Amino acid sequence: MKQNEPDKTLLGRVKVWAKRWTASQGRLSDKIFTNLTLVSALLIVAILVGFIVVLNIDAMPAIRKFGAAFIISSSWDPVKDSFGALPAIYGTLLSSAIGLLIAVPISLGSAIFLTEMAPSWMRGPVSFLIEMLAAIPSVIIGLWGLFVLVPFVRVHIESWLGSKLGFLPLFQGPPFGVGFLSAGIILAIMVIPIITAVSRDAVKAVPNEQREAMLALGATRWETIRQAVLPYCRSGLIGAVILGLGRALGETMAVTMVIGNNYALTASLFSPGSTIASKIADEFNEATGEVFIGSLVELALVLFAVTLLVNVFARLLVWRMTVVKAETE
Amino acid sequence: MSEIGYLRRKWLNRIMSALSSAAAGLAILVLALILGYTLAHGIAFLNLDFLTRAAGPVGEAGGGMRNEIFGTLILITLASILALPIGLMAGISMAEFASPKMAYAVRFVADILAGVPSIVVGVFAYAIVVRPMHSYSALSAGVALAIIMVPVVARTAEESLRLVPNSMREAALALGITRSRAVIGVIMPGAMTGIITGIMLAIARIAGETAPLIFTALGSQFGFQGLTKPIGALPLQIFRYASSPYPDWQQQAWAGAFLLILLVLGISILVRRLSNRRQS
Amino acid sequence: MEGKTSAIIQNMVSNDNEHRTEEGAAHLEGEKGILEVQNLSAWYGNTLAIKHIDMSIKSRAITAIIGPSGCGKSTLIRCLNRMHEVSHGGRVEGCVLLDGKDIYARDVDPVVIRRRIGMVFQKPAPFPTMSIFDNVAAGLRLTRLWSRRWELEDVVERGLRQAALWDEVKDKLNLSGSSLSGGQQQRLCIARALAVAPEIILLDEPCSALDPVATLKIEELMRNLVKEYTIIIVTHNMQQAARVSDMAAFMMMGEDRAGTLVEYGLTSQLFTNPKDKRTEDYITGRFG
Repeated sequence: MKQNEPDKTLLGRVKVWAKRWTASQGRLSDKIFTNLTLVSALLIVAILVGFIVVLNIDAMPAIRKFGAAFIISSSWDPVKDSFGALPAIYGTLLSSAIGLLIAVPISLGSAIFLTEMAPSWMRGPVSFLIEMLAAIPSVIIGLWGLFVLVPFVRVHIESWLGSKLGFLPLFQGPPFGVGFLSAGIILAIMVIPIITAVSRDAVKAVPNEQREAMLALGATRWETIRQAVLPYCRSGLIGAVILGLGRALGETMAVTMVIGNNYALTASLFSPGSTIASKIADEFNEATGEVFIGSLVELALVLFAVTLLVNVFARLLVWRMTVVKAETE
Repeated sequence: MSEIGYLRRKWLNRIMSALSSAAAGLAILVLALILGYTLAHGIAFLNLDFLTRAAGPVGEAGGGMRNEIFGTLILITLASILALPIGLMAGISMAEFASPKMAYAVRFVADILAGVPSIVVGVFAYAIVVRPMHSYSALSAGVALAIIMVPVVARTAEESLRLVPNSMREAALALGITRSRAVIGVIMPGAMTGIITGIMLAIARIAGETAPLIFTALGSQFGFQGLTKPIGALPLQIFRYASSPYPDWQQQAWAGAFLLILLVLGISILVRRLSNRRQS
Repeated sequence: MEGKTSAIIQNMVSNDNEHRTEEGAAHLEGEKGILEVQNLSAWYGNTLAIKHIDMSIKSRAITAIIGPSGCGKSTLIRCLNRMHEVSHGGRVEGCVLLDGKDIYARDVDPVVIRRRIGMVFQKPAPFPTMSIFDNVAAGLRLTRLWSRRWELEDVVERGLRQAALWDEVKDKLNLSGSSLSGGQQQRLCIARALAVAPEIILLDEPCSALDPVATLKIEELMRNLVKEYTIIIVTHNMQQAARVSDMAAFMMMGEDRAGTLVEYGLTSQLFTNPKDKRTEDYITGRFG
């Protein structure tokens, strides 16, 4: 058989040519495909860059007019075109602080419960339920907050706090229900799932040898957790809390619905206030004029920058924990 | 070892154990309260009218959220059309073709993008779509929701593709097919469950998003008027009605919330079932 | 016993095994044990791991538990300080009497038992977030709530000296526990276990992660420690058992995949004149 000799007939030549053509088409379509995937990946980066560019451009009228004073000014006057971000920043920080204050013990406790204390049949379902909390849309939590939590806070919490601890400026003023306290509680509800999940992963990653070494010294379960487990995963836990902070800072709907939309710097937790997100949500549609809109966009820019920094920092901490874990194995 | 010291330790252990259980219990209690109230109020006010009628005039009883339900479905579809190709292709790029450095960089950026507050995404979509078009539109809302979807889809697709064993890749390439054919024909099907759960998670996420819609979709008294016109959506309407002083509208807000929770939790539970099945 | 095999065995039972004279060693077998293991069986979930173990651990002696891998040696030793129940699905039946009282009795708190019976694990596990000083003091700090540093310093120094680590670390007590070499880390773990003054020390293959020099150091310090403590060591290294121990227990996996105690007695006797053929087979290297 002459199989190794090139077939010099016309049909043979056409066959060879057709094979090469299909191969090159394959190579071409392969190239197109890989390049398309590359473009898509770069598009993600482009979107982020786009955020930075566009937000800056649209905030320019306000940036040019107010400069750095925007951050420390408390005014908000559409008529006089004078705007300042301070009450919004204050409200964001205050409500997030209250939220974290409530959420961190509950989340840490839940994480410890899920990894150390709970019987194994309980761990899956309880984890699942806490994750379900994260799946509930913000607007529904806001709805519940407005009609269930706020009356409860007004009647049972704020009145009680006001009568017992009313000498503190923190608890003065009429109990509206809506305000920083309710917003803080709502934020706590919203960040508990993420702090719990990341903390749980951090605690799980502690090698068993550490636990056993502590137990073998005659430590109780709690002492083992406190002395051997928690210090080991410290950075992961901090990362979890900071991730929760990032979530709390950007939370919009639920907070908007329970914070009462008052633009002022007040010391009392009972008073209505605003966050950056709630201010944008409340006023963006009615805003007219470059400076007004520019101010709202500048608020968005501030929020963008802060959450970006917080999230990057948190990711670095959590990433370091997983790297340390890999290195010690 | 002193008796008092030992007792103290024993009791501290018990108290801490109880506290941690209480913490987990509290979290679940809150979940139960939220779901419970939504269920109770929602079922009470959910009726056929709600599903089939358009919104009534301000303050008047009656009317439903038919248009808004459709609006949500339309926006989900629109956002998916925009986001899925980009997200999937980016995920494929990170998992299969990109250099490790580039994959890391894109992954990092995707994670950052996932953390951007949704209201900021709304402002961005306003700036690049609503402003040039001089009109609120379904398109701008679709863009906003797509931007939220893309990082989620990309990351879950990437992670699912990475789980496909290398032996499969090598076997495919040994057959002489091109890399892209290998990815599309062999590797992706192997990662399909993970990819689909990622898509479903992203959809569940955007179905409940409200903030980006406030100044992109705006909401509309009428039904679907085209992609370039404003459109109503379920979460948006819930927000508007809940913030209103009219009891009838507030009841409709609960009904809408009930529907929305059914949708979102339904998808989440399905996702969980699928990924459990995949693992076992 | 066959002549040629006895020659092999004689080589293993080294002449440095001098901390017990022949007469003292024979006397050992008749003594009442500080730890009496009675009909002990242990499970992991539904899988039986060891069954019907009876042993009498002699005070101030080194008892070695030897046997092929998987025969349940680690499971047995973990039952002696109630660490087995910490493992997933760990369950125990039978008694272990410490000073005549069953450590598995209902009213007994494992925390108390683990104070009296300490343990050193196969993989050295110093606490990385604590200094060397704090590592050794860790167990002590649990009970004394207002520990003065100088009280602790004495105990820490004593523990480190007993673990033959003091000279090497006395100038760097503030460094992290994980800054030491493998052998040093293991001695740190021993010092940590000693600091709480247990009566019995359990060692679960303490040298298997270490180089020969570090191994010899630990064997040497065991012979010093046995003057004050009772030591039980699990080892897969027969030569080590022959070198170091007074009493030896040979375990094997039965047909039901559960470990049983085949033979237990004086080391010198078990290695030179084993009563059970299986023991002889193992020692002469015919399997395992």
